[in-house]
Amino acid sequence: MHAQQISIFLENKAGRLAEVTGILAGAGVNIRALALADTSDFGVLRLIVDDNHKAENALKQGGFTVSKTDVVAVEVDDRPGGLHHILDLLQNAGINVEYMYAFVQHSGANAVMIFRFDQPDEALKVLGADGLKVIEGHRLYTM
Amino acid sequence: MIYDVEYETMPREALEAIQLRRLKATLERVCATVPFYRERMAAAGITPRDIQRLEDLRHIPFTTKQDLRDNYPFGMFAVPMDTVVRIHASSGTTGQPTVVGYTARDVNTWATLMARALVAGGATANDIIHNAYGYGLFTGGLGVHYGAEKLGASVIPVSGGNTKRQILIMRDFKPTVITATPSYTLHLAEVAEEMGVSFKELSFKFGIFGAEPWSENMRQEIERKLNITAVDIYGLSEVIGPGVAIECHEAKKGLHVFEDHFLPEIIDPATGEVLPPGETGELVFTSLTKEAFPVIRYRTRDITSLNFEPCICGRTHVRMNRVSGRSDDMLIIRGVNVFPSQIESVLMETSEVAPHYQLVVDREENLDTLTVRVEVGERLFSDEVRQLQELERKISKNIKETLGVSAKVKLVEPHTIQRSEGKAVRVIDNRKI
Repeated sequence: MHAQQISIFLENKAGRLAEVTGILAGAGVNIRALALADTSDFGVLRLIVDDNHKAENALKQGGFTVSKTDVVAVEVDDRPGGLHHILDLLQNAGINVEYMYAFVQHSGANAVMIFRFDQPDEALKVLGADGLKVIEGHRLYTM
Repeated sequence: MIYDVEYETMPREALEAIQLRRLKATLERVCATVPFYRERMAAAGITPRDIQRLEDLRHIPFTTKQDLRDNYPFGMFAVPMDTVVRIHASSGTTGQPTVVGYTARDVNTWATLMARALVAGGATANDIIHNAYGYGLFTGGLGVHYGAEKLGASVIPVSGGNTKRQILIMRDFKPTVITATPSYTLHLAEVAEEMGVSFKELSFKFGIFGAEPWSENMRQEIERKLNITAVDIYGLSEVIGPGVAIECHEAKKGLHVFEDHFLPEIIDPATGEVLPPGETGELVFTSLTKEAFPVIRYRTRDITSLNFEPCICGRTHVRMNRVSGRSDDMLIIRGVNVFPSQIESVLMETSEVAPHYQLVVDREENLDTLTVRVEVGERLFSDEVRQLQELERKISKNIKETLGVSAKVKLVEPHTIQRSEGKAVRVIDNRKI
């Protein structure tokens, strides 16, 4: 039920992000979602793409440090309190969100959030028990 | 003024006669008491009796810092421990620091040489000496301290750091001579200014600066800012500590080597050949009077040349020129010796991998700063920023703990550290000195 995200180490200097998007464009990889976490010196770029394998190879060839991380894509009710409901549920179960970001595309009427949990398997159980919908990787990449 | 007129102004022939006599005695003694020297000389097929002239010294093998490390801690001592009264260790070395020992007579010799040095730098028995060299295992603080007491001056053992308190002491105790690293002195001047204390209005007349490389420009800046006469002092713990060589304030043109105690040679660092007088090469020292820790042809790795011209101050001892560089990759950062290989082993221990790294040294507001750039490869990379920051913090803490020097750690992308002919450029020294 996990989806995979690609993480890239970037120094905080002009043109680095464009370098990544350039490489992905050249490899014919489509970016489905992205989030950037940064400090004053460096950042970590997190991407959901349509072809992990191609993206990873192209970026490594381009000299970047790349890793893959398991994340969970969850459908969120697109109305006030939708996200809060999920976070509340997880907090009560003692599961921490390391980070999260929004997916560009909707799934039907629902929004999609990408989560990185400290206990992903536990999180899946809690979400499933509440009837929340988790989107599998292969579907997510081509949504 | 000259502290020890008889020895410091001795005609060269008489000086060389003393050197030869002391050299022979030193060689006899190390062969009898230090297995390392006995074996080295036996392997080279030479005995102390083969040394009939000073020039014959060139047939004896060199001693290197690695030899000292291999005999850690006390293997190079030439006397039993019950006659050793003092132990010092070189600054900032991982694993095996260089440990040196002194007998009571060595401590007295050292104090006498430092008294000579202080007088050459302008101090007298009537002066108050503000000694801001670090006290501790480092030889700087205690070396100057004992020399000042030997001279009969009043010494303030203020040591390094606590800058604001130092300024107040300077204002209230009115010291007339300052001894410190040149960079710390300029830092003191800046802090004084911020505190509204004018250095020019303090009572300083002379300053004796060393323990790190500095330049003629820095001398002029210090002399202008402090309104003093500034001289250069040279020493290293392996030889004795500060007080191996000193500039006289009369000429301020090269450092007189106390040749009745230390025999200098200049060699080609690549071939080990002794170079003719005046040529630039690596400085090598043989101690002539030390008891606990004699050194034979110790390679300092400092690059300089010797000037045998007579000096206007009347001293006959040869002058070494300002050290212009190193024949190895050692950096001196705030008086601490740092080898890139030491940083490398800290990185290895911290991250369990050997990442590409680079040391960048700058001088900001007269204080040396060290930045360690570390390439983030797959093994080091974490998806979480927090963990990467934790890695930076851990490396920085381990560098501080093992080398005693503060460093900023900066994570960089792979392949961003310049390679020169395939080899990473390990050090960028931006200090303009």
